[in-house]
Order: sequence, then structure tokens, then C-alpha cells
Amino acid sequence: MSLDDPKGGIALTLNGEAVILGADPAARLSEVLRERAGARDVKVGCNAGDCGACTVLLDGEAVCACITAAGQVEGRVVETQRGLLEGPEGQRLAAAFQRHQAAQCGICTPGMMVSAAALLRRGGALNEAAVADALGGVLCRCTGYRKIIDAVLDASRHKALVAEGDRAPVSEGGVGARVERLDGWPKVAGLERFGDDVAPADALSLRVIRSPFHRAGFTFGDLDAYRAAAGLELVLTAKDVPGENCFGVIPGFEDQPVFAEGETRFKGEAVAAVVGTPEALAALPDFPVTWEERPANLTPRGAAEAAQLHGTRADNVMCRGRVARGDAAGAMPGAAHVVSGDFSTGFIEHAYIEPEAAVARRVGDRIEVQCCTQAPYMNRDGLARILGLAPGDVRILPTATGGGFGSKLDLTAQPYVALAAWRLNRPVRIAYTRTESIASSTKRHPSEIRMEIGADAEGRLVAETFDGVFNTGAYASWGPTVANRVPIHASGPYLTPNYRADSAGVHTNTAPSGAFRGFGVPQSAVAQEQLFDMLAEKLGMDRLAFRKLNCLRNGDPTVTGQVFETGMGIEACFEALEPHWAWALAGAEQFNATHDTVKRGVGVAGGWYGCGNTSMSNPSTIRAGVTPAGEVVLHQGAMDIGQGSNTVITQIFAEALGVSVSQVALVGPDTDVTPDAGKTSASRQTFITGNAARLAGAALRAQILRLGNVGEGAEIGFEDGTIVLSEGGEKRRVELPQDEGYALEVTESYDPPTLPLDENGQGVPYAVFGTTAQMAELEVDLELGTVKLLRIVAAHDVGRAINPLLVEGQIEGGVAQGLGLALMEEFLPGRTENLHDYLIPTIGDVPPIESIIIESGDEHGPFGAKGLGEHCLIPTAPAVLNAIAHASGARIHHLPATPATVRAAILAQRENGTE
Amino acid sequence: MTLHRPESLDEALSLLGGGAVVLAGGTDVYPGLRDGPPPSRMVDLTRVAGLRGISLRDGLWRIGAATTWTDVLRAELPACFAGLKGAAREVGSVQIQNTGTVAGNICNASPAADGVPALMALDAQVEVAGPEGPRRVALEQFIRGPRNVDLRPSEIVSAVLVPEATGQGAFRKLGARKYLVISIAMVAAVVEVSGNAISRARVSVGSCSPVAVRLRGLEEALTGATVAEVPGIVAGADLPGLTPIDDVRASAAYRREAVRTLIARTITDAMEVRDVT
Repeated sequence: MSLDDPKGGIALTLNGEAVILGADPAARLSEVLRERAGARDVKVGCNAGDCGACTVLLDGEAVCACITAAGQVEGRVVETQRGLLEGPEGQRLAAAFQRHQAAQCGICTPGMMVSAAALLRRGGALNEAAVADALGGVLCRCTGYRKIIDAVLDASRHKALVAEGDRAPVSEGGVGARVERLDGWPKVAGLERFGDDVAPADALSLRVIRSPFHRAGFTFGDLDAYRAAAGLELVLTAKDVPGENCFGVIPGFEDQPVFAEGETRFKGEAVAAVVGTPEALAALPDFPVTWEERPANLTPRGAAEAAQLHGTRADNVMCRGRVARGDAAGAMPGAAHVVSGDFSTGFIEHAYIEPEAAVARRVGDRIEVQCCTQAPYMNRDGLARILGLAPGDVRILPTATGGGFGSKLDLTAQPYVALAAWRLNRPVRIAYTRTESIASSTKRHPSEIRMEIGADAEGRLVAETFDGVFNTGAYASWGPTVANRVPIHASGPYLTPNYRADSAGVHTNTAPSGAFRGFGVPQSAVAQEQLFDMLAEKLGMDRLAFRKLNCLRNGDPTVTGQVFETGMGIEACFEALEPHWAWALAGAEQFNATHDTVKRGVGVAGGWYGCGNTSMSNPSTIRAGVTPAGEVVLHQGAMDIGQGSNTVITQIFAEALGVSVSQVALVGPDTDVTPDAGKTSASRQTFITGNAARLAGAALRAQILRLGNVGEGAEIGFEDGTIVLSEGGEKRRVELPQDEGYALEVTESYDPPTLPLDENGQGVPYAVFGTTAQMAELEVDLELGTVKLLRIVAAHDVGRAINPLLVEGQIEGGVAQGLGLALMEEFLPGRTENLHDYLIPTIGDVPPIESIIIESGDEHGPFGAKGLGEHCLIPTAPAVLNAIAHASGARIHHLPATPATVRAAILAQRENGTE
Repeated sequence: MTLHRPESLDEALSLLGGGAVVLAGGTDVYPGLRDGPPPSRMVDLTRVAGLRGISLRDGLWRIGAATTWTDVLRAELPACFAGLKGAAREVGSVQIQNTGTVAGNICNASPAADGVPALMALDAQVEVAGPEGPRRVALEQFIRGPRNVDLRPSEIVSAVLVPEATGQGAFRKLGARKYLVISIAMVAAVVEVSGNAISRARVSVGSCSPVAVRLRGLEEALTGATVAEVPGIVAGADLPGLTPIDDVRASAAYRREAVRTLIARTITDAMEVRDVT
């Protein structure tokens, strides 16, 4: 048999139904299932079998649809996540994934559940190793995998069919309750729609033409002739940008062109875009561009001598940051013990499993863009500037976002489709390829840090100096934030009387470095927390005791002179680790007494992070209303990119209003109907949007109580379209005005109280700091330099856990990213632009994580809650590195600690006898 | 685009040439497209009768060209295949093992092909079908270099053949993470023990040279060795076949050193008859 052309169609059984798909039999099965069969629950993350998001069952076996020819499934049975929901395994898995919050953003969930279903169908008792083997081919960047393992094991134990009622999210419980993710069911049921899942069938496709060189001049050939010959609808270049060919995220630092003009500054920078039918793009001839490669500089070391990337930034220094307190240089010589060292980290790729995707359509004289994003309003305003429109004429309709971690704050795909749709008046879509995503999106800043720390004879910190150079890449993005934030945080949560920290963001010909969970603080913690271990060793002190001695307490000034009278919870974090620490140290000693090749080590590190923008206004606004029919509606604009703001903000709002979460209907972050809740970054949503939600809930409650003329203690309920107020055993019905729109409506904003920093960085940069201490136990194979993690214990002061299940999810996911930073991740421009050369942890690389939640309250946080997202990964890498040093004697200064790096450090340590 | 799905070997052969790309599991063909369109003509071997499965006849194990890594894992095979099974378990992920084929792994000829060291340690041969009839080539000769095999456009690999043998197989893969990882180094061994000493060892190393290599000098040196003597012999051996390079996964210096540890441990695994099936 031969499928020579698509006219016969491919006959298969898809999710129990016989279908015939007219498609190219050589096309990728993933593409055919998505575009021809409408199976948008099959996700595409890499097109190379590296991520497993497209996993389907083919005759019952898990395969990657992206590397299977569509014609190969002729006559066979294909099952996707959606279809599995019709069977017992899928139902059990869906319920268990929802129960354990095993889906965060949800983009890997189809691959995970499909792989797990194949495992469950084989029957038999399961253990963690069997689950890991079965799911090892699916990458997750959010969860740290632990809750996925729990969910699959749980599903394997539930033999009975899950009752219909259990399918729905459990939606009761206010602040402090382990409420299941309110937006979770679509994720586990194959119904969630991400950036590339929403394009209309008639949308044109767009492809971006990018620089193959780190730096190059370029000239175009005859673009009109090319467009005609290639059957394209449109070719876009810089001259087609009606507004400013420029975008950015920090006022005064908008320096990145949509399309390069004259010269490209990094490999992967856009110079043009082509728009046409998918068929035309598939047959695209070579684009008429001539490149002239020019000398490029990829590291800060050569930046001063290199060609200047931006006219006004001498020596390619984008900006500098500084915090100075006391007299570090003067005090250091008086310290009884001083340690110092150089440390470096590389580019880290966010590696969300959903590549950037967007679709745009023109509606009259407005443009609408559906996209995955962390910052709808910033996207709106940025697009307006590019298109030359008023912000109100741009509408951002965020889709579900398959992970962000900082990189989906910036504009990526949106300007291209918006420009094309504006010009053509037809919908235009794009989904980045994995290579394109890695090459062109922002990264974690590489760091080169020199730090010196002195302590007195009793072990109290005397002075610290810190000098950090951060490679900010070709454009500013969030580089100024990193430069400003790091000096404030580089002390860690410790009382440091004499302190001097300098930072610089330096331009190079690389992808722009931007926001990534922690904004430079994980890098500085790698230096500071490792030096703390070296200092404790010099002092002959227990490493945890040294940290506890020096940690900030209520009433102590931070390095910016800020004093917290309540809520400084780092001491409690260290205390929570103490029993685990003692037990682990004893265990390691016992193990090491009988093992020569493999040695066990234990490490600890602390961390802190200020929630929200640094000394800058960053308000959130929440709108809520009651419809004439008595339905409470919350316009929730805090983008949920998997972290759980849809659930947390609703819990806060419901608590303040005095209703249960199930009585609140959510309206999403559509910029036409929901006000700006700011960006999902800087661990600000729970704190800032949470406060706006608390204020909105309280204001609405006050309106309702006033309407019913009842006291503050009255209970609010809803029956038959009316509000029912109960007080002292009496019920009072309140009829709602039957107007258009909301019968009752409130809008409340919150902006955290901060103060500007002076020239020495003294002031009140953040209203809230969250703190953490983590401990790592691991084994080092001294001969191979391999590291096997055994356990992480993570203590986090979250002020108040609005939803402990979500807190655990953030901790586990952050820890997993910290492990990647420590052990395996490094983006090398032009070399690791895929997910088999750029490694992130798999399900087999994340050990059991014990979360300890500490609730020390907070003066400003809603119900005492602090932010959490960034904190989770800050101490992980240094805790791991300290454990490696404890096990092997080798100190890793330059990350990642790959087997080769660890082995080299062990050999060097043996040679020199020192660290 | 054309996808041929022949049902006989002759039909498959008749479709070759003219730039046709041979397809089986797709686990190398599709990633190799780098998001580009599929080849204009592909010949899919997965429906060819008799091409999938493992059988033993006349002292020769025959692994059909469409046999997947999962098929290898599920097959009942003697102890000398333990290394091949170990490799099967470490190929990519379950998804890759379910469709990726043993023969495809050979034909892709990556220096880091997971299956090649184990097959080399088994003295595997490659059966090639072509217009002039079948021919056999030793695996060591078949792979000439990275992405370069002894296969004409008119030919396909029809099977991998392994002579029946005694001995215990073992396999170790060194990588920077647990699953879905391209190896830094790999070692496969088949060891026969007499008394408490090695009577015959076959050792092959991958990812440390353009093509995986058998270490015949070391194999000879190991004859007569006890478990305790293995590390010393490996540490002192001349291993001229290994020419590792620096890449994103590890330095050449690290590979050169770590591979000796890996070799000693793999041979020890085989001698201690770890049940790796």
C-alpha cells in the first residue's frame, strides 16, 4: 500500500471514533492531530521528541506524535488526553492530578497523563521508580514533578471509577485552605487552551527571519519579487512599523527593535517576517537577505573594547547599582576571619514547555491579540507604541500560559502578528519553534561575582564587599532591575553592619538577559552562601548555627537600613531545619565511615526576596461586582501562569467578602473588561493583587451590608437571585437593582508603601520580604563527579499560607529550577538551542522535597501573606553546592556543577589541598 | 510529499533511490528536520513483513530492522544481552524506545548512539538487503564515521545479527541527568568468567571517539583477571582507540579519565552478575 497523496486520507481510530484525516502522510502526527482533527490537547513543545508534551497512545503505547509520520497511524488506534477521560485510567488520573495540583500551568499535563495512563493500564502495584521510568520522557518546568508522582501513585490505588461529583474542583474553603486549583479542571481534562490553541481555521501563518550571526550587517534583495514568487501575502521589515520600531520594559530603557535596522546585535534577532498560508510557508524559498558577519563580543570581559551596542552607553555598560552601609573597606581589616572568592553562573533558559505563541486580528480600528503572557497591560502598551495606536485600541486576550518564569513578561511574538493582522485585516498566527524560542527569548543573566566577607572571632559578620558583573545581552529588557535588585539582596537575610555592593549590567552580542525567577538574586546567593560555609569552617562553627547567629531579626536594619518590626521570619526558617540538619549530618557521617567512592554531604543556605518592584510604584487593581441575578463576579487580572493566582486571589477576595470560593465567578485578564493587576513577576501577585482583592472584597461586603442595613458580623448568602443576609438567627433578603451591568460594583487598588533609595541605596525598597532556608542531602561519586540528590528540606516563611497546597507547588517547582541551575543548565548562544543540548531536570532528577511552611505574618500582606515565587529557588543552588563541598571537599565556583566540573574540582582540591 | 508503506522487502527495495529517505521509528528522521518540512519521499519500513522481532536460528540471533528498543526489553534473551537491554532502557525515554529501532540507531551513526557499544561488544553484524541480494558486514566496519555508514542508496539494513554466546553483558551510561540524555560516555561489556577470573572479555566504548570502539588490547589484558584486579588493569591500560573531544556535555580530559572508571565498573557489574534485566 502506498499513500502517495493525501486524497485517500488517513483512516484511524481517534479517541474511540473512526476518522479519516485528509493530510500529508509525511506530516508530523502532532500537527495533523492538532490542525486537522482539532485535537488541541496534543501540545507541541519541541518537534524533536525532547519534551514529550505531544505524547499520545498509539495502539496503547506512548509515542511522541511530533516525530511520528501521520501516515504511520493508518488503521491504528490513537488516544489523546481528551479521549482518555472517557476511560477509567484517565478519569482516575484527572481526579488525582487535580487533587494533588499535579498540573500547574498545564502544558505538560497531557503528556504526563497519557504516559501515566499507559503505565496504569499495565496494572500491578506501582512505586516511584516505575512512575519515573514511565514519565521520564515528559518534561515539566513548573511542578518539580513530586506532585505528579504523588498523583500517579494515588491514581493507581483508586480502582473505583471516580464519581462525577469528584471531577469538579473542590471549591470550598477560604484563606488557609488547601483548595484545589479553581482553574485546574480544563488542564487535567484536555480542555485548556494555550497560545497556539486558539487561532481560527482561516488564520494566516507568520514566520520570523532571524540573524544567523551574533552580529551582522544585512541587506535585502527584492522583497516584492520574493513575496510574489513565494506566494506570500506580506513581507514585513523595519520600514513597515507604523509606530516606533522599539520596545522594552523599563522606562528609559526601551531599546529593542521589532526588526533590526542596519545591524543585528545577537544571533536570533529578527530582521523580517513573512506571512502566508501554512502551505506557502512550508515551501518557502530562501529569504533574499545578504549577511555580512561582523566581529561580536559575547562576554562582559571584552565589552569595554568591543563596538558599542547602544550609542549612549559607554563601555557597553547599561547601568550600575550600588548599596553601601557603614564602612566595609574600613571594617574588613579588623575582621578576625575573612574569606573571599570568585563565582560565576551562565545563561539560564526559562525552558517553559509552551513556546511563545500569539494570534492577532484586526477589529475595525482596533487590534486584538490572544497570546500567552505574564503581563497583559504591559504588552498592550508596548504594542500600542509599535503600532502607533492609543493603548485603548489594543486589546490583549491572554490565553492560558504554559509557564513563564519571567520571560513571558517581554513582548516576543505579539508585535509580528499584530503588525501583519493590522496590515492584512486577516487573522495571523505564530508559534515559535523551540530553537527560535531559546535563541531569541530573554535569559537569566550570566554573573561574574567577586565577594569578600569578614567575621569577628565569635562569628558575627563584620563586613562584606560584593562586586557583580551581569551579562545583560544585546538589549536592556529587565537588566536594570537585576542591577538594582542584586546589591539590595546580596547580603542575604543577615545582619551586615558594613556593606558595599556594586553591580553592573553589561551589553554583549547575545540574547537579551531579562527577568528570570529571582532577578539576579539566585546568582548572588551562590557566592554569598558558599562563602558563608567557608567562613563557618574557618571559625570551626556549625554552618547552620553560623547562619542563625547572623540572621536578621525583627528590629534589625537590613543593608538598606530598612527595619522590620514584625514578620522577619528567617530565624524560624533556620530553626525549622535544625532537627533535619542534625539527623542528616549524623546520617552522612555514618554513611561516609563505610563508603570510600561515594560520599554523602549536607548543605544549607538561606535566602530572601523583596516582593514587588524596587522602590517603584506597582499597583494592582481589582474589579468585582454582583450581577442583578445575584452572582458574584471577580475580574481577576493577575495572570495565572501556573503559580495559582486564579485560586489564591479568589480565596482572598472570598474571605474578605465573606462568601465561599464556589460562589465567585471569575472573569479573566482581558484588558477590555478587567483592570490592570500588574505583571506576574517579582513575587508580587499574592501580596499586591491579593491586597487589592482583599480591599475589593471588603468594599463589596460593606456595600452589601449597608444595603441590607445589617451589622459587620452578618453572613452573606445568595438565594434565587437575591442576597440573603443572616444576623443573629434572622434572615434578611436584599433585592438587587435590575440595571444593565452590575447591580453592585467595586474597584479597588493597592500599591505597596516603599520609599526611594538614596545614592548609597539606603531607603525602603520593598514593603515585604519573604525568607527561606533550604537544606540539601546528596551523594557525590568522587571518581565520576556525579551528584545524586537524596532529599531537599525547604523552610519558607510565607507570612500566611493562603493555600498551602499551592505553596508546596511553588516550593517544589522552584527547588527543581534551582537544582537545574546548580547541576546542569547553561545556555551557550548558538550551541544549546534545543532541549537535548540544553538540559533541564527530568522526573528522575528531583528528589523528595519536604516543605516546611512558616507563618510569621506580615504587616502589609493580605491576611499576613507574603510573596513566594522567587524565594523558592534562591537557596537551592548554594545549598546543593555546599552539600557537594561537604561530601567531596571540592568547592564549585563556576556553575553548572556538571560531572566534569565536579570531578575537576575534586582533582584540583586534592592537588592543592585547599578550596 | 509521499510516504511509501511497503509490505515486503522487495517492494521496499524497489522504492529506494532517488533521494528517498528510509523511515522506521522517526526518532532521528523528524528531529533532523529541525522544524522544516518532511522529505519529499519516504519509505516506511514498519509494515514490511518479517522485519520486526527477535529470533534465534543456526546460532545467530536476528534482530529485525523494525525491532524497537521496547521489543528488545520485552524479549527473553540470554545473559550476554544484558548490556543491550541496559542500553535499551536508557535510549531517550519510553516514547523513544517504543518507536525507535535498533537498526535505526546504527544507521543514524551518532557517536553517542546508545545501542552501538552493546552491539559491538556482542560482535554484531549488519545484514544489508539490496538489489544484488543480501550481504553481511561487521558492525565495526559498517559504521565508518559520524553519520556515515556502509549503505548504498539502493540498500537498507534488514537485520542486526548477533552470534550466540555465553557470558554476561553489562552497560553503563554516564550523563548529566536521568532521562532523555545524550551520554558523556558509555561502556558495554560481555564477560565470560571461569572460576573467579575472566576467560574472555569484550568491551566497547561510545561517545569517546567518532565511532564507538572495541578495546581489544584491554580485552586481552583482562584475560585471567579477578574482580579485584580489574580496576588496576583498566587504569594502566593503553586505550589508543579513545579520542574524546570537548563538547557541551563534558571536556575531553574528563571523558578520558572518567571512561576508565566506567569501564572498570561495567566489567565488575558483569562479573558480579548483576541482574540488569
